[in-house]
Amino acid sequence: MAERAGVEVRLENLQRRYGPVTALNDLSLTIAPGELVALLGPSGCGKTTALRLLAGLEQADGGRVVIGGADVTTVPANKRDVGMVFQAYSLFPHMVAWENVAFGLQMRKVGAAERKRRALEVLDLVGLAPYANRYATQLSGGQQQRVALARALAIRPKVLLLDEPLSALDAKVRSRLRDEIRRVQLEVGITTLFVTHDQEEALAIADRVGVMNAGHLEQLGPPTLVYTRPATPFVAEFVGLTNRLSGEVKSGMVEVRGTQLPLVQPNEPQGPAIALVRPEAVSLATDGNLADGPLVGTVIAVAFLGATSRVTVDLGGGVTVLAQMPTSAAAGHPAGTRVRLALRDDPVLIAREEKASVDA
Amino acid sequence: MGGRRLSLNWIGAVPFLVYVAVFLLLPTSIITAGAFLKGDGSATLSNFQDLSRPYVISATVNSILLSALTAIVGASFGALLAYAIATGNPQGLLRRVVVSAAGVLAQFGGVTLAFAFLASIGPAGLVTILAKQYGINVYAGGFWIYDIRGLELVYLYFQIPLMVLVFLPAVDGIKPQWREAAESLGGTTWHYWRYVAGPLLAPAFLGCTLLLFANSFSAYATANALINQGGIILPQQIANALSSEVGLHEPGFAKAMAVTMIVIVVMVTVLYSLLQRRTSKWLQ
Repeated sequence: MAERAGVEVRLENLQRRYGPVTALNDLSLTIAPGELVALLGPSGCGKTTALRLLAGLEQADGGRVVIGGADVTTVPANKRDVGMVFQAYSLFPHMVAWENVAFGLQMRKVGAAERKRRALEVLDLVGLAPYANRYATQLSGGQQQRVALARALAIRPKVLLLDEPLSALDAKVRSRLRDEIRRVQLEVGITTLFVTHDQEEALAIADRVGVMNAGHLEQLGPPTLVYTRPATPFVAEFVGLTNRLSGEVKSGMVEVRGTQLPLVQPNEPQGPAIALVRPEAVSLATDGNLADGPLVGTVIAVAFLGATSRVTVDLGGGVTVLAQMPTSAAAGHPAGTRVRLALRDDPVLIAREEKASVDA
Repeated sequence: MGGRRLSLNWIGAVPFLVYVAVFLLLPTSIITAGAFLKGDGSATLSNFQDLSRPYVISATVNSILLSALTAIVGASFGALLAYAIATGNPQGLLRRVVVSAAGVLAQFGGVTLAFAFLASIGPAGLVTILAKQYGINVYAGGFWIYDIRGLELVYLYFQIPLMVLVFLPAVDGIKPQWREAAESLGGTTWHYWRYVAGPLLAPAFLGCTLLLFANSFSAYATANALINQGGIILPQQIANALSSEVGLHEPGFAKAMAVTMIVIVVMVTVLYSLLQRRTSKWLQ
């Protein structure tokens, strides 16, 4: 398949309301040519609405959609030159795989022989050429989504939109197809917006991740930055796991159970606060003094996650802390072990809500 | 040890099989066998030769035309209604009311339906009288309610609701993503109906039309309540041959006509099943 240069996509101050509910509140986002941006957020945060406005499947109440420098805000979906992959069940069931892929070409009045040739070419790109004559019901969920991807790409769109395309698949297929989508996207060089509620998916696939909440972007940045330097407490808690530990802000630092931690925003107001501490910033030790202390507790659970394990430590008084570490290190702390916690001095964010501790 | 155990899974189907045997296979066998017998019990093919009597041919043609017309008109209106409610709120009041009403009206036939029509648009019906007051004479061209045209109108009263009931699952099976996918691929509304929804719904539509044909073709009570003189459709001719007050009592001939009907309905039912199977594979 011929490569084509991606185009820039701009969403400018997009507004969308459904009755009294504001789905999008002044959303602005620029996607660079050939870039893959993942919009991540909980249900109802507006990420799918943003994608549908970009696709032209819904109309904005305010703002502009600009694709490749052209304002397409009022252009209908079938004239936008946008390829879209839906969550599931979007293949036309009465057409075999190659006919599905050729549909968009047929709409563009490409001749029968040429559209079959191009459909097979794109099916080959997603590794499904041998399945070209199968109906959707004869394909697995992952294969169906690959055909849907091929169908979206066959029209050589300016922009590729992926609306939670992996959410209906099982974990193993999901991870394989995620990598496949990224490979194809890089190969074709198409500007892509990927919407998902799965943080792992977003962090793994995207050039940049936009975390959405209540209709606006909380943070937009490279995955590593979003994870290691969350801009807001919402991002810190939505992306990855977070311990909420009571502490006190003093002189540009926060003191948590006797440990001084630097702040992401040093000008935080003084006083009681909740420090958001990542589980991987917590380490455990079993040597030295294990008498009662603010950071001494008992392991109550160890969750095996493969290469890493997550250890839950009860510090007493209803406070539990999660620590994530290599599984080999966690093996030394089975449930019931007395341990002493150490908090790495990574800069932490402060949440001001009263709800303390536990959480992840 | 090592022998195959007799599967008892079929036991659950026994009541159904008994029901089918007693109420379908047994009567069909009796009718079919009787169609080849004379009044004295000897074998004959003359009952089938008698099917070429002009009034039988006329009744057969009437039955087929009546069934085809009410099936096509009923299917068209019923499909539109089914589509209208399928595109609305699935839990909405409109859908619940229409589906419930269709469930009742599809079974509303016989004497009660004939009476309802006579009381409303019969020669002395309420609507007829009201229309007259506004200068509209619905019977200016004769009392058509007692004719094949009357039957067509009355049959539509249960054909349309039946279409709503049988076609709605197919329309419900159409996923909104298909329209959006067609749109995002450059298709217009016309393209969507021409290449996606149309081909997907066509087998179900044709299948349901055949079902309506069979439903109309086998209806007897409504026609007999409305038109109890003569026999303009085949089921009435069967009744006449079985219990004629003026002609001969011809049970063998009646059964030959019934066999004709059975053959037509079986053909229609087989076609219906084939079309349904095709659609259900797509729309599961």
